[in-house]
Amino acid sequence: MREILILSGKGGTGKTTLTAAFAHLASNHVICDLDVDAPDLHLILQPDTHTTEAFESGHEAVIRPEDCERCGTCLDACRYDAIQGDDPPVVDSLKCEGCKLCVALCPADAITFALNHCGDWYQSESRFGPMVHAQLFPAEENSGRLVALLRQQARAMAEAQGRDLILSDGPPGIGCPVIAALSGVDLAVIVTEPTVSGRHDLERVLELCRHFKIPAGVIINKCDLNLDQANDIKAYCRTQHLPLIGELPHDQVFTEAMVQGLTVTEFRPEGIGAAVEAVWHAILKLGAKPAPAKDQAAIG
Amino acid sequence: MIVAVASGKGGTGKTTVSASLASIWPAPVIAVDLDVEEPNLHLFLNPVIRDQKASYIDIPEIDEERCTRCRACTDICQFKAIGIFGEVVMTFPEMCHGCGACWTICPENAIAPGKRELGQIVTGQAGPIEFVMGRLRVGEAMSPPLMRNVKRHLGLDPTPPDRDIIIDAPPGVSCPAINAVMDADVIVLVTEPTPFGLYDLALAQKAFAPLEKPMGVVINRADIGTRDVHRHCQKTALPILAEIPYQRDIAEAYARGQIITEAVPSVRPLFDALVKRIAGLANPPSPSEEVCHA
Repeated sequence: MREILILSGKGGTGKTTLTAAFAHLASNHVICDLDVDAPDLHLILQPDTHTTEAFESGHEAVIRPEDCERCGTCLDACRYDAIQGDDPPVVDSLKCEGCKLCVALCPADAITFALNHCGDWYQSESRFGPMVHAQLFPAEENSGRLVALLRQQARAMAEAQGRDLILSDGPPGIGCPVIAALSGVDLAVIVTEPTVSGRHDLERVLELCRHFKIPAGVIINKCDLNLDQANDIKAYCRTQHLPLIGELPHDQVFTEAMVQGLTVTEFRPEGIGAAVEAVWHAILKLGAKPAPAKDQAAIG
Repeated sequence: MIVAVASGKGGTGKTTVSASLASIWPAPVIAVDLDVEEPNLHLFLNPVIRDQKASYIDIPEIDEERCTRCRACTDICQFKAIGIFGEVVMTFPEMCHGCGACWTICPENAIAPGKRELGQIVTGQAGPIEFVMGRLRVGEAMSPPLMRNVKRHLGLDPTPPDRDIIIDAPPGVSCPAINAVMDADVIVLVTEPTPFGLYDLALAQKAFAPLEKPMGVVINRADIGTRDVHRHCQKTALPILAEIPYQRDIAEAYARGQIITEAVPSVRPLFDALVKRIAGLANPPSPSEEVCHA
C-alpha cells in the first residue's frame, strides 16, 4: 500500500483542486482529507457519509465557582495566562492548553478537567471511492492528533477493502498537522505557484520533507503567471535534485469546475483535463519507483 | 488599534491586504507576520532586518540522581513528553507544551526547565513601517508558543504600544489562527467568491464570533466564481469592506512580490476606503451620530 500526500506550504496554490482531480483519475484508492481545520475536498467530491464519530482529545480546565476558595494558586501557576479574574477566577477556554497543572495544585479540588470533544470524523462514499475526512470544530486544537487518527483509519479501510493507494489532501503550513500528515508517507507532491510567496514556502516545506526523509516532487501550478519565477523554481528543483512532476497553467476553468462541484478532469476532460491527467501519470510513475539510493540521499 | 487580517482558506490574499494596508496606513504602524509557519509579509515589505533572535519554550531537564522514579511527572504530563521505562527516565522534548507542570509538582525538585528552540523573532524597518515576524524552525510542530512569544515581544500583553498594529494571521480557524486574532480590535477576513472561499469564510466567522470583535470581509478576485459570498455576508450581517477585482496585473504584481497599491495605482482608492472602513468598525459611531447621518 502506498500513501501519496498533496502538500504546498502556502495555502491557495491548488492542493485541493488537484487532489479532487487525482481522486477522479486514481483507481483502487482511499481518499483522505487531512486538512481537518478548513477541509474543502468534500465540496467537490460531495460524498455520502455513512459513519460519523466524535473526536475527543485533550482536556479543558473548568473552575467550579461554588467550590473555589479564591486563593489565586491557579492564577499564578498557569503559564498560558488562561485564568483571569479573582471572584471567581475563570478559565478562558481559548487559551487553556489542557495541561492539568491548575487541577493538580488547587487546594480546594475545585477544578473539573473534562475531556474535550473537539471535532467529528467521517467515513464516506464518494463517486470516486471511499473517503475518510473530518471537521475540527472551529477554534479547537489537537489537529495533529486528528490527522494521525484519519491516516490510521484510511489505512485500516484500505487494508479491509484490498485497496493499494491512499491519496491525501494535506493542510497548509509546516506545523503540527502537516508533520502528522507527512511522517512516513511514500511520496509528497508539493504544489507551488510562480510567486515569491510560493517559492519561499516551497523551500520550507521541502526542508520539512527532508527532515522526515520523505521523497518529494513538485507541480508548478499557474505556471504562466510569472515565467521568470517559474524558471527560477525549475532551476531550484534541478539544483535540489527535486523531480519536477509537471506544470499547469493559470486558467479560470479551475474555478468554473469548482463552482459546478466538479473536478476539472470531469468538467473539461480535454485540454486542461488532459494536462492534469498527464501530471497524475507522472505522479504514479514517481510514486511507483523505489527511490534509488543516490536520490534517497539527495532527498534525505 | 490592532487589526488582524485572517482568512480561513489559505491563498485568498491575506498578505496582499496586510502589506497594502501597512504601506498606506495613515498613522505609525507595526506590521506583524504571525503566519509563523509560512511567513511571507517580508517578501513584500522588504524590511531592513535589524535583529534576529532565537525564541524558546521551556522543557523539562531531569536530574537522574535526584529522581526517585515516583512518576508524579509522567502522571501529570498531558502531552506524553516524559516516560519512565523501568529505571530509565526519558523526555520527549518535541512533545512538550512547556506548561511547567512536571517541575512544579516534582516532590524531589529533580526537574528544572531547559529549552527547545521554537524559531526566530525577526525585527526590522521598512521605511516608516516597523516590522516584526515570527519564523518557525522547520521541524518544530507547535506554532502557538512562538506566536505567544512574538506577542510578548510586541508588548501586546498587557499594554499595547503607542502604535497601530497590523497582524498577518495564519490560514485556518484552529488554535494558531485564534492566537493571531485574539488581541485584535478588528478582524478583517479575506476571502474569494468560490465554494471553497465561502465554506472557509463561514468556518472563520464561527471560530472568531466568540471573541466578540468587530469583523468585516474583503472579497478578493471579486468577479470570479459566484455571488454566494456576497449573499452570505448580507444574510449574516457581515460588512463587505472592500472588493478587489480580478485583474491580471494585480496577480502579476503579487507574483513579483510587489505591494499592489504601489504597483497597480488603480487599486489605491479601494484601499484608502478600506482603511476608513476598518477605523469605522473599530470605533462605531454612537447612536446619536447615526441618527444625524440618517
